[in-house]
Amino acid sequence: MTAQATSRNSGQYISPARERAMGVFFLIVAAAMWFFFLRTTEPGVMTTFGMTPGGSKVKAPDWVFETALALQVLIFLTAFLGVYQLARGFKQYTNLVLGIVSGFFIFAFLAWGTSGVSLNLAGLLRVMVIRSVPLTLGALSGILCERSGVFNIAIEGMMLTAAFTATLFGSVTHNLWIGLVTGMLSGLLLGGVLAVLAIKYKVNQIIAGTVINIFSTGLTSFLSAKFLQKYQHLNDPGRFPNWDFPGLSQIPFIGPIFFSHNLYVYAMYVLVVVLTVALFYTRWGLRLRSVGEHPKAADTLGIPVNRTRYMAVLLGGLVAGFAGTYFTLGSVGRFDEVLTAGRGFIALAAMIFGNWNPFGAFGAGLLFGFSDSLAGKLTILRVPIHNKFLEMAPYLVTIIVLAGVIGRAQPPAAGGKPYEKE
Amino acid sequence: MRNLGQQPAQSLRGFFIFLEEVRRSPLTVTFLAIFTGLFLGGIIAALSSEPMYEAFRLSVGEGLKAGAQAAWNTYRALFLGAFGDPVKISAAFASGDWLQINRALSPFFESLVQATPYIFAGLAVAFGFRVGLFNIGAEGQIFVGALAAVWAGVFIKGLPALVHAPLAFLIGGLGGALWGFVPGWLKAKTGAHEVIITIMMNYVAFRLSEYLLTGYLRDPNKTTPISAPIETTAWIPRLFPDPNRFHWGFFIALGIAYLVYLLLFKTTWGFELRTVGANPHAAHYAGMNIVRSTVITMSLSGMLAGFAGANEVLGVNRNLGVAFSSGYGFDSIALALLGNSHPLGVVLAALLFGFLRNGAIQMQLTAGIPIDIISIIQAMILAFIAAPAIIRTLYRLKPPKEVELTVRSEGETA
Repeated sequence: MTAQATSRNSGQYISPARERAMGVFFLIVAAAMWFFFLRTTEPGVMTTFGMTPGGSKVKAPDWVFETALALQVLIFLTAFLGVYQLARGFKQYTNLVLGIVSGFFIFAFLAWGTSGVSLNLAGLLRVMVIRSVPLTLGALSGILCERSGVFNIAIEGMMLTAAFTATLFGSVTHNLWIGLVTGMLSGLLLGGVLAVLAIKYKVNQIIAGTVINIFSTGLTSFLSAKFLQKYQHLNDPGRFPNWDFPGLSQIPFIGPIFFSHNLYVYAMYVLVVVLTVALFYTRWGLRLRSVGEHPKAADTLGIPVNRTRYMAVLLGGLVAGFAGTYFTLGSVGRFDEVLTAGRGFIALAAMIFGNWNPFGAFGAGLLFGFSDSLAGKLTILRVPIHNKFLEMAPYLVTIIVLAGVIGRAQPPAAGGKPYEKE
Repeated sequence: MRNLGQQPAQSLRGFFIFLEEVRRSPLTVTFLAIFTGLFLGGIIAALSSEPMYEAFRLSVGEGLKAGAQAAWNTYRALFLGAFGDPVKISAAFASGDWLQINRALSPFFESLVQATPYIFAGLAVAFGFRVGLFNIGAEGQIFVGALAAVWAGVFIKGLPALVHAPLAFLIGGLGGALWGFVPGWLKAKTGAHEVIITIMMNYVAFRLSEYLLTGYLRDPNKTTPISAPIETTAWIPRLFPDPNRFHWGFFIALGIAYLVYLLLFKTTWGFELRTVGANPHAAHYAGMNIVRSTVITMSLSGMLAGFAGANEVLGVNRNLGVAFSSGYGFDSIALALLGNSHPLGVVLAALLFGFLRNGAIQMQLTAGIPIDIISIIQAMILAFIAAPAIIRTLYRLKPPKEVELTVRSEGETA
């Protein structure tokens, strides 16, 4: 218990055995880049990355470079990092370096896949940001609940219900904002259901989440089949328009990727920062986390455990509701049965991969969004990987992280246990 | 109630004791949970019927009548779909024509067909519950079981039916076992939470099935991603001519439920597993091997779910398409709890769910009420079973004498 608490506060402690394993791993990555990419690349072939997303007014010139040369540089850098790791060690920065090496590998893969053809890199990254929205927001909902000690596997159900509610009310009132608010309220309501089942009735939290997931899938599919299919005007809420962030959106390459989106993307940026500050730099956040780590100690200090948990789960429901409205008001503009398609569970994965940390979840959301975005472009690249395997990637990565192969996930210590006062 | 009529006072007291027992019995909660779920489902059916709102414009009484009518129609269609039309059945028996009888009774048998995968998947989840493990991955294990079984059914050729069908069934079970083994092994070795791992494994299984069905397993002669039909030797035989799809899988499921019962309650090994589930610390100090029981339980649980997939492929569909199992795995969580994680309870709950599901399919065709209403009903039943306090408050029941089985599902193994 104490070891866990200290390790979380004082950065991550990396055991020497793991440091060595990581060094060897970096070298293997370098070797793999040579074996799979460089070996099969003809010298002199060029890679062309488009740096302007389709339809953007902010132009940037294409980036053309020689594939083999870029691969050589990347392999050299990766091998250097591996040797350095073995010789001296990056200590607490090991995970950061692991991220850099993974980035190198992905870039090498893209450069190799694009050799001789052209790929719109900016478009790919723009779609990555868009796809990351529901994943990151869903993960934030999970973080709020789980940091307070309540498992929330119902993110999927909450998002689905909110997507439906937002569509219905947005269409009826012809007002996007009413749709947004009612969608969020429906998330809040389901958060309340989860809280009452898990905290008041002490139902196993996985079962409580399953109840909400089955119920939401059933209810939204039922109502959609019964009404939305028949009365199409009830299924036409419209969408939030794109808004160029003044100044920042004019930066070539960066601007169109990050600062030319609708409400949801900006809300995601804001929420990630706000939640980080609230959870880790305020008294409120400290109390919330203490309830999730050691409720008895928190109770002894006079923190109302169950009330704190209620508040956290309700807020989590609100955030999940917001994430759900994205699917209709921020994306396709109409509701279809089960349109979340398991995104709530990828959000769960992003939460774990991000180590129950808002910025970590954002990073994981971007990574999973990238694999999603790339899966759609694989046919252009003609690489011998099926897009179904890229779609599996978030789940596989989460299993690997949970199993502690690369980095160790540290869930809140009291997660999943109802608190009983003695 | 035997002494009714002997002495009024005594018999009255007997009745009250009986009533007291009923109010304390966990079974009462189960029945009331089902009843309440069905009742609320009726209300939802009423609320979503347009005639009711039109009738409310006339008067409140008319509105209530129309609402009750809508709920009645829903459940009537559900019942007729699940059991068959009594009028038709009696007419068929009166005519004495086998073809007619078969056709009139086929809704009933179709419900049993729908219940069969529920039995397997429910046993899978219940078995995990008994050992304190939450296998939420039955859905993925069903998919992998079906993939393995269809592989065995299509690509193994030239075996006699007596060998081929059981072999394909077992291979399906092994596929599911593999999908259960991975989370079990990871949980035992690294403490990774089996709930999250099995959720992730579900989605890996879905993507894997899409990949295989658009590639390796795909029937090249079809435009849709669907496997080739399995060899006739791999079929689990049906008992009656078409359209009745009732097959031997139902009896296999009952047999396996009995085997699970024997294993859990009549062997030392089962006792050990249940002890690990009830109190892992005590089990550990008693020298029981928690790592081994976790791995074996998850593998066996996966195997049972894999049987569900194999059963669907070999007995019902005889090929495999994308998204063939719509939610058997998730419903089975509700089912295992409803059956109190006991094989007999699971079989009964599976029959209920099978009848509900088949009835709802027919109801969608005849009355135009979307099948998803049964998901709503099942979710509510699950909520009431999981939180019996709600039902007890609602019906003023007394708390039970014995402690109910609770599911232990915490972060780490002991």
